[in-house]
Amino acid sequence: MRYLPLTKADRNEMLGVIGAATVDDLFVDVPAAARLAGPIAGLPLRASEMAVERHMGALAAKNLSAGAAPFFLGAGAYRHHIPASVDHLIQRGEFLTAYTPYQPEIAQGTLQVLFEFQTQVARLFGVDVANASMYDGSTACWEAVAMAGRITKRRKAVIDRGLHPHYVSTARTMAKFTGDVIDYKAPKLEADCDTAGVISAIDAETSCVVVQYPDLLGRIPDLAAIAEAAHGAGALLIAVVTEPVSLGLLEAPGHLGADIVVGEGQAIGVGLQFGGPYLGLFGCREKFMRQMPGRLCGETVDAEGKRGFVLTLSTREQHIRREKATSNICTNAGLCALAFSIHMTLLGGEGLEQLALVNHARAQDLAERLAKVSGVTILNGAYFNEFTVILPKDAREVVRELADRSVLGGVSLGRLYPDDAALANGLLVTATECTTAEDIEALAAALEGVLA
Amino acid sequence: MTALNTAGWRPEMGPAQHPDQESHAQETASGDKGLMLEEPLIFELGKPGSTGVDIDPASRAPSDTLERFRRKSQAALPGLTEPETVRHYTRLSRQNYAIDLGPFPLGSCTMKHNPRLNEKIARMAGFADLHPLAPQQTTRGALAVINELAHWLITLTGMHGVAMTPKAGAHGELCGVLCIKAALQARGEDRRVMLVPESAHGTNPATAAFAGFDIENIPATAEGRVDLAALKARLGPDVAGVMITNPNTCGLFEPDLKVISDAVHAAGGYVYCDGANFNAIVGRVRPGDLGVDAMHINLHKTFSTPHGGGGPGSGPVVLSEALSPYGPLPYTARMADGTVRLIEEEDAAEMGHSQAFGRMAAFHGQMGMFTRALTYILSHGADGLKQVAEDAVLNANYVLRSLEDVLDAPFGQSGPCMHEALFSDDNLPDGFSTLDIAKGLIDEGFHPMTVYFPLVVHGAMLIEPTETESKAGLDRFIGSMRSLAARAKASDATLKTAPHYAPRRRLDETQAARRPVLNWQGN
Repeated sequence: MRYLPLTKADRNEMLGVIGAATVDDLFVDVPAAARLAGPIAGLPLRASEMAVERHMGALAAKNLSAGAAPFFLGAGAYRHHIPASVDHLIQRGEFLTAYTPYQPEIAQGTLQVLFEFQTQVARLFGVDVANASMYDGSTACWEAVAMAGRITKRRKAVIDRGLHPHYVSTARTMAKFTGDVIDYKAPKLEADCDTAGVISAIDAETSCVVVQYPDLLGRIPDLAAIAEAAHGAGALLIAVVTEPVSLGLLEAPGHLGADIVVGEGQAIGVGLQFGGPYLGLFGCREKFMRQMPGRLCGETVDAEGKRGFVLTLSTREQHIRREKATSNICTNAGLCALAFSIHMTLLGGEGLEQLALVNHARAQDLAERLAKVSGVTILNGAYFNEFTVILPKDAREVVRELADRSVLGGVSLGRLYPDDAALANGLLVTATECTTAEDIEALAAALEGVLA
Repeated sequence: MTALNTAGWRPEMGPAQHPDQESHAQETASGDKGLMLEEPLIFELGKPGSTGVDIDPASRAPSDTLERFRRKSQAALPGLTEPETVRHYTRLSRQNYAIDLGPFPLGSCTMKHNPRLNEKIARMAGFADLHPLAPQQTTRGALAVINELAHWLITLTGMHGVAMTPKAGAHGELCGVLCIKAALQARGEDRRVMLVPESAHGTNPATAAFAGFDIENIPATAEGRVDLAALKARLGPDVAGVMITNPNTCGLFEPDLKVISDAVHAAGGYVYCDGANFNAIVGRVRPGDLGVDAMHINLHKTFSTPHGGGGPGSGPVVLSEALSPYGPLPYTARMADGTVRLIEEEDAAEMGHSQAFGRMAAFHGQMGMFTRALTYILSHGADGLKQVAEDAVLNANYVLRSLEDVLDAPFGQSGPCMHEALFSDDNLPDGFSTLDIAKGLIDEGFHPMTVYFPLVVHGAMLIEPTETESKAGLDRFIGSMRSLAARAKASDATLKTAPHYAPRRRLDETQAARRPVLNWQGN
């Protein structure tokens, strides 16, 4: 077997050193009834590289990848061009096959990357500090709600209508078990966010207000107004950014009064990958630093006074605190954080702004063209690179019919809100720098065909 | 050039403090020493306002409606060109130890070789460039991958179902514990206590506490196993279940697990098994045969997906028939016509899964890890996986028996170990600690073992070689360990200040925590 270096002679010699006659003697503690005589029945046996590649290649070929069709999907996962050097660098074995930097003297590469990553995220979000990443945006969002509960000693989270429904669902799952109260209603098809509505839901029990920015329908909420109302009631504002490229154009949430900013970092450096692994971003005000979940990398010096980096404030974490830990999480999304950080290092603030301008321009082109399709209306007032269109029929059907024409036309709101008939005709569409004029024309033409 | 290496070595600092003065006699102006490279931060290499990406200018101005939301100033982040970027990260990579460089015997972490075929497959456009919400008719192959991996995991563990969406081991633990909680709620019972052996990994109690359980510890016996009598005595109507690691964190198989399971079930509770150490038994023992109700599987351990410097992981949870109805959404189901469907919120009731406890995260799980793990599994097959467990256990026992005359093996008399060998600091002379041995290993060119875990052993050293180490590689490692034990015995003071040959000497963790600096403070 190509991954197993021991030879038969090695095995015999080692058994001799151990003092065992056969390898079965090493499994004596397994009760007889649970010992299996041979390989588990009903499963295939070992296969060559070529055979495995053939099998997996055939499965890959059954999918219509984003690059193989006009493509307009978003809703929390975005297709952007990733510079070639990003994937090359993350495949260096010293990054790919290292582990959590528990031995900092021989993990300065990973640790310095995390320190740079934390700085990049903090500056992107406009907050004081950021952690070394979390599983993904949805779990980071729940962790922020839990953290706000610890800080305010209150248990009610007011969630804006525009939060991604999978994020809402994740928070509801956790809240069911922790006893937190989630105050949330599905969105309405209106041009602008319901700022007055979310503000009116804040009361003396409210630990936090959770607002996605831009929101699921692509609209841009008035974070400053919500921050003021939340702070007036002693609650925290949590901003959720699922498309970080938007922050090349939009004001950073931390500068608008958000106390905790979380997000999905996939759009920068991490591919679509059918939904995972992605990258949870998490930052906050300095005064809340010790309540932050997840790994943190900090600067220090070594015995010779040289600058170096270590994992720090681990007294918050489960391996020290056990049942009193701030969170049960004991990993980050290291390799995805590395990819994000490399892509961001290439972009810089300047490149991110240019990229955001191109994304927004393509989205304007898309909106203009779709508005000309008979029966289609554009919902949004303001938007960045994603917006909602209203179709004359159920968007789920339209998406399927577009796919039959090899056009990946967007995400139907019916897929995300199956129980809400009022949203059924809504279709989310996204344009990025990858979207061409031909793609836009192909979608418009296909839509005209489907709706005819 | 003076802006570089700002906090690294500078000529005015004089010669470095080092027991071996000769090799450091010649300091350099750059701070680099041959292939030992110092690397500044990106913020010291470039200034905000530049970019290393060529982007065609936007074809039109932003819309007026966006104007009031515009950022006042760019994020203060430098953009480096490709040559600068490639060099920065390549230089940083050389300050890391990795499996690709040598043995990485961290106990409980299963640092095995990461096959490169896995990486190649995961990057196929049909998997890597696929949107999670693309219409199902365009993602049949991806759904088939999830379903095929699920089938393997269920069959290898002898369980009834599997929840594929948890994003890491601890997330999987949470999933399993939430299934237990949901099952108890469905029965209308409010059982508050979760029993956890004191040798358990810290995530077990942290997870159970997060799910609202009260934690009670179960002691270990002198042989390093769960105290069966103590556990049985504690069972009762307030006990929700027990969380057991098998093989346990002392590297031993729990021979009484089936007896424990039967007793817990008879008392109305459920058995959670921490599957972190599944590599020792994969293909040889099915946890389902031992009465387990839920067990997470770390795909990044047993099934070789890369650890990536600390994630991303993936933690599917196999479930018994009793807990399967409560598993989270979404999941995949193979239909009568052979196609695989993704069952999300709208179809759950129709598919008979209305008791699902909800969603654990956005989308459908760590697909990029599923393709890698399935590639690994197909490469090995049922016979190869059995060989994996056997070689992993053989390697660990070889290390155990090759070192027990120079280091204290507290459970060496308990019989063979499984995939990891545990030692204590008992035989180390006064003044020398487990940490000194670990740091000495760094100078020897190895990654240290897991240290000070499990907590039940004083100064624990937990060595997990994995099956992908050759005998020659193990012999080199054993030689280094024996040399370090001898140096400690001879009171070699230079061991107390190891490592000497790493990119950094011992780092001041106290200062880092007392006055945390979590990001670059410059402009």
